[in-house]
Amino acid sequence: MKTAGVILAITLALALQTTLARFVIRGTVAVDLVLVVVIYVALTSGPVTGLLSGTLAGLVQDALSSGVIGIGGLAKTIVGFLAGIIGTQFIVAQPLPRFVVFFGATVLHALVFIGLYVLLDLRQFPSPVPAVTGQAVGNAIVGVIAFQLVELLPGAVERRRAARSRIRR
Amino acid sequence: MALLDIRQRSGYLFLAVVLGQIILISAQVNSHTGVPVLEAVAFGVFAEIQRATSAVVSGVRHGWSGYIGLRGVRAENDTLKRDLAAAQIQLQAQRALADRSRGLEQMLQLRDRSNLSTTAAEIIADSATPDFRTMTIDKGTRDGLRSDMAVLAPSGIVGRIVVPSARAAKVQLLIDRNAAAGALIERSRAQGVVVGGGDYRLRMEYVSEVSDVIVGDLVVTSGIDGIFPKGFVIGQVESVEKSGGAYKRIVVKPAVDFRSLEDVLVVLTPTPAREAGQAAPPEQPGRPEPGGSE
Repeated sequence: MKTAGVILAITLALALQTTLARFVIRGTVAVDLVLVVVIYVALTSGPVTGLLSGTLAGLVQDALSSGVIGIGGLAKTIVGFLAGIIGTQFIVAQPLPRFVVFFGATVLHALVFIGLYVLLDLRQFPSPVPAVTGQAVGNAIVGVIAFQLVELLPGAVERRRAARSRIRR
Repeated sequence: MALLDIRQRSGYLFLAVVLGQIILISAQVNSHTGVPVLEAVAFGVFAEIQRATSAVVSGVRHGWSGYIGLRGVRAENDTLKRDLAAAQIQLQAQRALADRSRGLEQMLQLRDRSNLSTTAAEIIADSATPDFRTMTIDKGTRDGLRSDMAVLAPSGIVGRIVVPSARAAKVQLLIDRNAAAGALIERSRAQGVVVGGGDYRLRMEYVSEVSDVIVGDLVVTSGIDGIFPKGFVIGQVESVEKSGGAYKRIVVKPAVDFRSLEDVLVVLTPTPAREAGQAAPPEQPGRPEPGGSE
């Protein structure tokens, strides 16, 4: 059930990511929704699920792009694994720590991703810092919001039901 | 349960997944040489394994061939030594055969040059006593040999037949004390008689004191003895002395090396003197006459 939920989340993130590709800012997607899902899964489910989801999501993302299959997968695997470890070793329940984790995980992902491409002399990334920073901020914001939504949504629904029942009485 | 184990060993899983993706990346990326990195790395790693394996195998082979495999070398060495000795003996035999062939070839050349009817013969024995310089050849009367037939060698006069039998003949060498041959100095045409001295030197006698003879002159047969054909080399003047009489004292070094003779030619062509001699056998002189006697 949990595995299906993870796969579904990744699929939805990929669909949204490809849909949002039209809304790019100067050719750069500010948010990597797939990475956000991987970090979220890792923080909530642990390192094994994090690395497996990172591997799956990264490989699918690589397959859908024109890059080398495995580089994105490797980057997301590392990020998912480390995020899972952080999620199990530290209390990441407040928005700020989550923001930092998302931000740091995105930077690490970019380092591995860009580093491998540059190392293998496959692609050049002129002045990647602003783009990586912007993506890290965007991912962190989306991630924190996603956490808040997921955590607040069940309570809000419950409260709304309770309020409706009181009015009927 | 298996999933639980994986969860308890997340580090191994992480490493396995990372390694798998590195391999996946390597399979797609070309190195500087144009070969995929996976292939290049795999080849490089495997080459090192091959190198190590080869070194181990080479070491084992070296150890085997250098120590253990040498157990049979002693016997092999003995066999090779025997083979080498046999080969050396065979080589000597072949060399002797080649020398003999060369000698026979020279004999044939001599026969062609002399325009005489000759037959080749092999020396099968030497003289029975050192007082007589004779030798035995393997041809006899059955081959047409008669007494007083001249015997030649490629380098010069050897002697004459004195005792022919059916299948062999005794040859009196020119160096025998009782042998003699009519001779002349090729350069000055001074005539005389060459007689044996018993050793490996000849004397030329009856050469006039006024004759022109110098050391180094070539002495050839004159043909007047009726035995030796004219113009064949006898030897070379080694010394010339005045004897105080009417004749010079001349020592001649034979052209033939009698110590190394193996094959000779016997002249079958009859000379007039021999024909006359066959009609009336000559008396045995006490002193060597031209042609000599036994």
